[in-house]
Amino acid sequence: MRSDAVVVGAGLSGLVAALRLAEAGLKTTVVAQGVGSTHLSPASIDVLGYAPDLVESPARALPAFLAEHPEHPYARISLELIEQSVAWLRERAEGLGYTGSLRENLLVPTAAGVPAPTAVVPASMAAGDLRSGGRFAFVGLRAMKSFHPAYLAENLAQAKLPSGAGIEARAVRITEPGSEPDVGALDYARAFEDAAFRRAVASELKVQLQSGEAVGFPAVLGLDRHAEVRRELEEALERPVFEVTGLPPSVPGIRLFRALRSAFRRAGGRLVMGAVVVGAGTSERSVTSLSVRAAAGRTTAYEARWFVLATGGFASGALHVDSYGEVRETALGLPVAGVPPVEEPRFLPGVFDDHPMSRAGLAVDERLRPLGPEGAAAFHNLFAAGAVLAGAEPWRERSGNGLALATGFAAASHILEDAS
Amino acid sequence: MQTLDSEPLELVRGSLDHCVKCTICETFCPVSNVTPLFPGPKYVGPQAERFRTADGTFDASLDYCSGCGICTTVCPQGVKIAEINAKARARMKAERGVPLRDRIIARSSLMGRLGTPVAPLGNWFLQNHAFRALLERVLRIHRSAPMPRFAGRTFQGWARRHPAPANATRAVVYFHGCSTNYYEPRLGEMTVAVLEHNGFRVLVPRRQDCCGLPLQSNGLMDDARRYVRRLASTLAPYARRGYDIVATSTSCGLMLKREAIEMLDLGDDEDLRVVSAHMYDICEYLLWLHERGELRTDFRPLPITVPYHAPCQQAGHWMGKPALDLFALIPELTVAESDADCCGIAGTYGLKAEKYDIAMAVGARLFDQVREARSEVAACDSETCRWQIERATGVPSVHPIEVLYRAYGLSG
Repeated sequence: MRSDAVVVGAGLSGLVAALRLAEAGLKTTVVAQGVGSTHLSPASIDVLGYAPDLVESPARALPAFLAEHPEHPYARISLELIEQSVAWLRERAEGLGYTGSLRENLLVPTAAGVPAPTAVVPASMAAGDLRSGGRFAFVGLRAMKSFHPAYLAENLAQAKLPSGAGIEARAVRITEPGSEPDVGALDYARAFEDAAFRRAVASELKVQLQSGEAVGFPAVLGLDRHAEVRRELEEALERPVFEVTGLPPSVPGIRLFRALRSAFRRAGGRLVMGAVVVGAGTSERSVTSLSVRAAAGRTTAYEARWFVLATGGFASGALHVDSYGEVRETALGLPVAGVPPVEEPRFLPGVFDDHPMSRAGLAVDERLRPLGPEGAAAFHNLFAAGAVLAGAEPWRERSGNGLALATGFAAASHILEDAS
Repeated sequence: MQTLDSEPLELVRGSLDHCVKCTICETFCPVSNVTPLFPGPKYVGPQAERFRTADGTFDASLDYCSGCGICTTVCPQGVKIAEINAKARARMKAERGVPLRDRIIARSSLMGRLGTPVAPLGNWFLQNHAFRALLERVLRIHRSAPMPRFAGRTFQGWARRHPAPANATRAVVYFHGCSTNYYEPRLGEMTVAVLEHNGFRVLVPRRQDCCGLPLQSNGLMDDARRYVRRLASTLAPYARRGYDIVATSTSCGLMLKREAIEMLDLGDDEDLRVVSAHMYDICEYLLWLHERGELRTDFRPLPITVPYHAPCQQAGHWMGKPALDLFALIPELTVAESDADCCGIAGTYGLKAEKYDIAMAVGARLFDQVREARSEVAACDSETCRWQIERATGVPSVHPIEVLYRAYGLSG
């Protein structure tokens, strides 16, 4: 299969890079073992949330943060490029109504009742901004076992905000629907697309609400017709309605995936799912093709001029650590940076400890090209983006989607420079 | 393309330990998205598999899996979800028995052989409302489910009489499958014409029987193995001589590429392995030719709009949608690519009275998109999906090869 550019991975960074390339007129193919982490993560763009204290402004905090972490992927791209990537996403995912900027983080409630810092959120989460406090009612749906509004509200009411403002939060419950034994986020998302269901929910809810309360739902307010669902609920309840993200699957994440995938298709992009990269054809310092395991007993060569590895980190299998502590990059066998020596501890006891292994990944040059053993770009036409990059700890920094978006965007920028 | 000899076969059941319960498969499952009767691929697959023992303890909801395979294709961890489910279903059926209906509808080549000599009568019966009502009552085959029409002749019969082209410069083997042989011989003729137009001599091995897929999907694994082994032994001598094999039935091609190895544990069948390494979906093959500069592109303008649906079994080839790249070579052709994942029929699933409504609900998004395109024809790579689309929308549905055939201006 021949293309101008091949992007490996269908998570946020891969789809962003691929969409940019396809829209610029490059014949672009995404090959992916499966769907990426868009389906698991909230669709908010967290650029920098903790450094390690709560970050109020990513734009202001980033210079000092990068001085302290010169190996961080953000150190390979400019603040301006991060801002451009956010502006670009806002336009591409127009239907999701992204709002916010790098100037100031919003604080939005998690399902556990923590005010979480994030730079840019879809419209469906915007009314949940807690920065100046307020009164909130969180809706429990009877059959949804992964969302507990009383737990959320109790924790949130005790939260200390930087502004000093107070939060009043309480749980309200509704009984709809009455009969299903095991309903997940997607089932509810589909149910909310049904106008009769929405009306039933709104009428049961309305009598329980107090004046001045904004209403937080679990993030299940519709899939394809989410804007209409939320608007109608806001009209019926006569107050702002917002979504709170929780356990997977993430309905806002699915909306983001679908928005990017259909834009990519419209731009003429090819998406090949189930495809596992098992090696590369190279010549001098160029990658000429990727070998992809076909369903048949053979491999297929995907030829292109440029390649982007957006394969993810340990969780997706892009990085693999074996029982001897050896770490490898599984697609092309590139050198992995940031791996602690074998005799030293790799992980610490606490979940949010500073694990020695946590920053392992591909070290890259200033154009996001993975470094070879001699410390220079391994190939002039191979780029990397997203969670495969070394130097970040997204779960402690709260930077995952920000990194994915910005590095995917930047990798595409470098390719477009080369192409022009 | 190189042959992959050294890759160890991934253990199907062993892959369940890679499941991280991310639920991505559940968000894509076309069946659990429309009915609570199927609790979803993760639940009946990697999760329930841990509780299955030699003694059974099966959850009967497993039977509502349509076997479309989308779960395996979207799983980011490489868990063989559909394959785990297919094997578990077979064990459940072995314990509880397979209904007579499933034993009948799973034998497509036998049905074809029986129906072909009496095609007018057979077709009359299968379109007759009273007979279909009776069929539903007695056998639980839904009265509105799509049924193919016997052609009354076979593709094999045509191929035997068809003279080899004098100017062929290369040769390829055509695995046509039962549906082309008994129901859509025109598709086979057009495939031969398209390949001959590109300088091929098309070899059509005799005794091409069923690939075993319908038997496998109905839990009749031993019968399926017999069919696969027999078909593989028919095709293997060609593959060993270096011929590539093309298939127009995308799901049957996939069966020989991968599914028989994984679902029927036939990885030790040497014939099947060499056939797998040489098996191509027809559009995959033509696109491969095109990229090597070996496909003729003397296409005439075809100023029509074609809604195109890539079937889920085709996604299981892990090759994207090569038909779209071929369509892009045809001047003035507009393609409306469907974003629906499944038409619902899943081979024989949608024929069953208890599953018909589910199949129609699964396909609803696709049917809407096909109707909205207001086109004279739709395109899809799998025969049962075409019959389902036609029946549900009234829009005639053809294999992408037929679009290429028309654009080449071929006849005969």
